[in-house]
This record gives sequence, structure tokens and C-alpha cells, in this order.
Amino acid sequence: MIRSNQVWAFLILALVYIVGVPFIVESRYILGILASAAGLSIIALGAWLTLAIGRVNLGQGAFALVGGYVVAIATTRWGVSFWLAIVVAGFISAAVGVVLGLGILRLRGVYFAMITLSFTEAVRLALLNGGEFTGGAGGISRIPVPGELSLLGVTIIPAFNSVNTHVASFVLSGVLLALAVLLCWRISACRIGGVFVSMQQSEELAQSVGVNITHLRIVAFGIGSFLGGIGGGYFAAAQQSVYPGGFGVPDSVSLVLYCFLGGIGYVAGPVVGTFLLFLGFQFLQDFQQYQMLAYSLLMVALMIWLPNGVLSLSEAGWIRRYRSQHGQAGAHHAG
Amino acid sequence: MTQALINGLVLGANYALMALGLTLIFALMGVLNFAHGQLYVLGGFVTYYVFTVMGLPFVVAVLASIVVLAIVGFLFDALFFRRVQQRSAREESSMLLAAGLALLLESLILLGFGEKQRGVALSVSGVYQIFDAYVPASRVVVFVVAMLAVVLFILFMRHTKPGRVLRAIAQDRDVTALQGVNIALYSGVGFAIGSALAGLAGSLLVTIFAVNSGMGTAISIKAFIMVMLGGAGIVSGAIVGAFVLGMVEALGYAFLPGSVTYLVIFVGLILFLVIRPNGIMGKPWG
Repeated sequence: MIRSNQVWAFLILALVYIVGVPFIVESRYILGILASAAGLSIIALGAWLTLAIGRVNLGQGAFALVGGYVVAIATTRWGVSFWLAIVVAGFISAAVGVVLGLGILRLRGVYFAMITLSFTEAVRLALLNGGEFTGGAGGISRIPVPGELSLLGVTIIPAFNSVNTHVASFVLSGVLLALAVLLCWRISACRIGGVFVSMQQSEELAQSVGVNITHLRIVAFGIGSFLGGIGGGYFAAAQQSVYPGGFGVPDSVSLVLYCFLGGIGYVAGPVVGTFLLFLGFQFLQDFQQYQMLAYSLLMVALMIWLPNGVLSLSEAGWIRRYRSQHGQAGAHHAG
Repeated sequence: MTQALINGLVLGANYALMALGLTLIFALMGVLNFAHGQLYVLGGFVTYYVFTVMGLPFVVAVLASIVVLAIVGFLFDALFFRRVQQRSAREESSMLLAAGLALLLESLILLGFGEKQRGVALSVSGVYQIFDAYVPASRVVVFVVAMLAVVLFILFMRHTKPGRVLRAIAQDRDVTALQGVNIALYSGVGFAIGSALAGLAGSLLVTIFAVNSGMGTAISIKAFIMVMLGGAGIVSGAIVGAFVLGMVEALGYAFLPGSVTYLVIFVGLILFLVIRPNGIMGKPWG
């Protein structure tokens, strides 16, 4: 269902963003918040995958914490390379997600939302009380920046401290995000994506026509947790520290909000939502003590004006009329 | 030990007010109100303002909290929830709207009352001794008022016409509408009552625990625990959940180090819900 010209369009867009932005943007600050928005988008995409099977997942903060701590412990204590550690972080988060999911994925609605919210708090408190292993309230600091990755003596990725670290972090976040979007896009466009939509509408009906819903729910939740772990692992290396308060319930809720405000009917929804709201919050800094107020007003106004997300604008009447007059079927907007 | 149990009872009575408000809003709207903790905090601040700053009697302060919160609750429904519920494709949107409103309310509280921690010292003299525990009279007042409100709420829901209408909406919204009930009005009333209960809890507990503008989310999470423990949307469940949490919390703080209490509570809650997802009293699956 994905047309190859759409994939090319996406790859070119991603390449322009990853390569082009560091040339245009000189400010380290702006590069930093763009990189953070990309990192959060990866975690939000994980929440989006669980939304795709009709579950509000408020546990993404916990999976990001798990991923972050795996990277932190592996790189600082055992001297493991970041590149191996982040992959391991993703898989450990996924394993935690699968084990948790086996118990809780039959729950729905607020029950699932609340149990995952409890999980976010439980993980934070466990890390806080983890003693020397997790470093307690202070967490783990002095995480090394990613080192060189070479294959057969050929350098594939240079050590981050040998190049401009800020640009390197930005590029890393962009590449990871592009991969995460491709993964979710691929899932939503293949047969499983269609099955997910049917599960959103009625799990019983999907089951009655022979869909193994138990299996698919675990797959979706596991991949979502994997993305949470990857995102958390990225932040551990980018900020060079992790601590229990790094991701909490408010973050877990925000991540789902990003998905909704971007539009949960679209793969790009979580990414659009995250960039819009996260960057929006940063740029509202000029309002000083009114920053939070302006941000929350903006958010509530968006929810009332576009309850199905910013991307649902593409289905608004006037845009559809415009398209039909100009003979476009909307192919450019699918990515 | 007795001291911890009595603290648990006082906490439980006030938690019951929060849990009842939350469960009422859930039963009516199918929404877990993420702004519940912020409503509680606002209740605490209104009482602080009327009692300490304006110097009016405590009774007036409590009533002021109830009235202000009822108005805020009604407006929440009329201005925000009604619109989003009508137009959204997914019902979870209203949960997220509540999270957005929580942030909005929190920033308004911060701007209106400042970032300082505020408490109220209730000047009721006397200390009661129950077995080997000492209970200040002010806590007895708080406990009695909270229990009175719980009983009044139950009587209201069981024996008055608006109470019956609210229960009917909780059971089946569409059928109730077909009987000629003004659903929009009563949803607003339900939201107002739920918010007022949160405000009352804040108003009473501000005499024991100080409030600050940033604590709303933590309070919401506590209210969620009680409601999930008892069974979402069930009045008796909310009360049971509130007292269980109050007791466990009081005992935990007496015998466990710091934040371990809540670690135990959350792990326990997850395990409990995996085994019994509908809570102690609830219907299956919600």
C-alpha cells in the first residue's frame, strides 16, 4: 500500500531535514530542542502504536526510563559501546513490555490507561529506591558521548567527541526518528495495520473472523515499548545523565497528548504533534510567567477546534473542495 | 499503631470525598478527570484565601471553596467537555482534554495564588485520647465534616430527583435522554457536584497538609488509585478504595522508609488489577 514514490519523497524530506538543518541553524540551543523533539517523537510513536490497537498507553515514560538506565549502566559501568547499548536498551524495554503486556493487554479503556500510569510511577519509584545500582535520586551522570562505530577497520560513524557533538546528536536523533517513522509506516500500511484498525473498532469482531488479537496486541505493545526504550536510550546519551524524575506521569500523558493533537489517524500525527507542542512550548518562553498559561490555552484551543488532530485539517471540507477542483487525490499528504 | 490507624481513618474520610467526585464524573462522562487534583488544590487555596487572608470564619471558607469549585466544574463541562465529546472521533479525547485542562488550571492557580506552599491552622482547642493515640480536635472536626458530606452525597444520589437522574445517565445516557431529561444540564450539574466534592476535600485537608500549585497531578494519581481499587464508577467502591488507600498510606508512612510506601502501593495495584481488573466492587471491563 506504500507507493515507492511516497517512500522516496519521505527519504528526501528526511535527508533534507537531517543534512540541511545543521547548515542553516547555527544556534546550539535551537539544534538542541529540535533534537529533543525528535527524540520525544520516537517515544510518542511507540504510544501511537498502542493507540492504534485502541489502548491509551500512559507507560511510555517508564519504557523511556528503562531504556535510558540500560544505556547509562551499560556504558558507564561495563564500558559497552553506546551503539550496542541502545539496541540492547530497545530490546530490554520490549521484553519488559511483552511481560507486562501479557498481564494487562486484555484490559481496555481507563483500566489500561490507569495500569500503565501506575507502571510509570512504579518504575520511577523503583529506580529512586534502587540503591547503588541505579544511583538513587541523583541517578547516573557522566555517561560518555557515543564513540566510534567501525566495521572491518572502516569508520561508519565517527566518535561524537571528534566532531561537533551538537550536530552529531541532532543527526542521530533525526536518523533514529526517520527509522522509527519508516517502521510504524510499514506496520500501518501492511495487512497488520488494517487489522489494527479493525481491532480499534471491535476486537470481538476481529477475533471472530480469525484474527489472533492476543498475539497482535502483544506485538504492537512490544514494538511500542521498543521505541520507548530507544528514545530513552537516545536521551541518556544526548544529555549524558539519567535520573528517576527524567520521565514521569506528566511526560507519559504529554506523549499521548502529542499523538492526539497531531492526529492519531496518521503515522505522521505523533511527530507533527510533538514538534508543534514541544517547540511551541519552548518558543512561548518570551511570555515568562505566562508561558504555561499560554501553552495550555493553545493546547485546549487546539483540542476544541480540531479534536481529531492537526492533520485532520487535510480532510476539512475546504481542502477537499480545493483538491477536487485541482484534480489532486491527496497522494502527497499520506506520509 | 493506633495512631497510624486513626491517621488512616481521617485520611480515608477525606480521600472518599475526592474518590466520590472522581467516580461520579467517570460514571457520567466515561472520563477519568485528570484535572481532579488541580480542583482539590484550588479548593485548598480558596479556603486559605478566605480564612487566612480575608479573616472570615472557617465555615465561610469551606462554603466558598464548595461554591467556587461547583462553578468551575459546571463551566468545565459547558465550555469544554460537551464540545469535544460531540465532535471527537475517539472518546479518549476527553481524557486528554482533561489533562490539558489540568495544565490550564494549574497555571491559573500559580498565577492567582503564587508558588508558595500554603496551609491553614485551624484553631480548635483540645486533644482527644483514643487508646494510646492522641488526636487533635481539629482532625476530629475534619473527619466528622468529611463523613457527613459522604453520607449527604449518598442520600442525595439515592433519594432525590436530581440524584436519580444522575444515576440514570450513568446507566444509559441515550435512554435517559429519550425520557425527556435535559442531559446537557445534568451533566453540568454532575460535573459541578464532583468538582465541589474535590474542593471540599482540599478545603478540609489544607488544615492538615499544606497545598502548593504544583501538587495537583500527584493528588489526581491518588484519586485514580482509589477509584481503580474500588471499581470505576461505583459509589461504594470509591469509598472502600479511599479507606483502603488511606489506611495503607498511613501504615506505610509509619513503618516503611519514604517513597517505598508508594512503590509497594503501585506494584500492589498493578498485580491486583491484573487479577481483578474490575476492582473490589466494579463491573467487569468498565
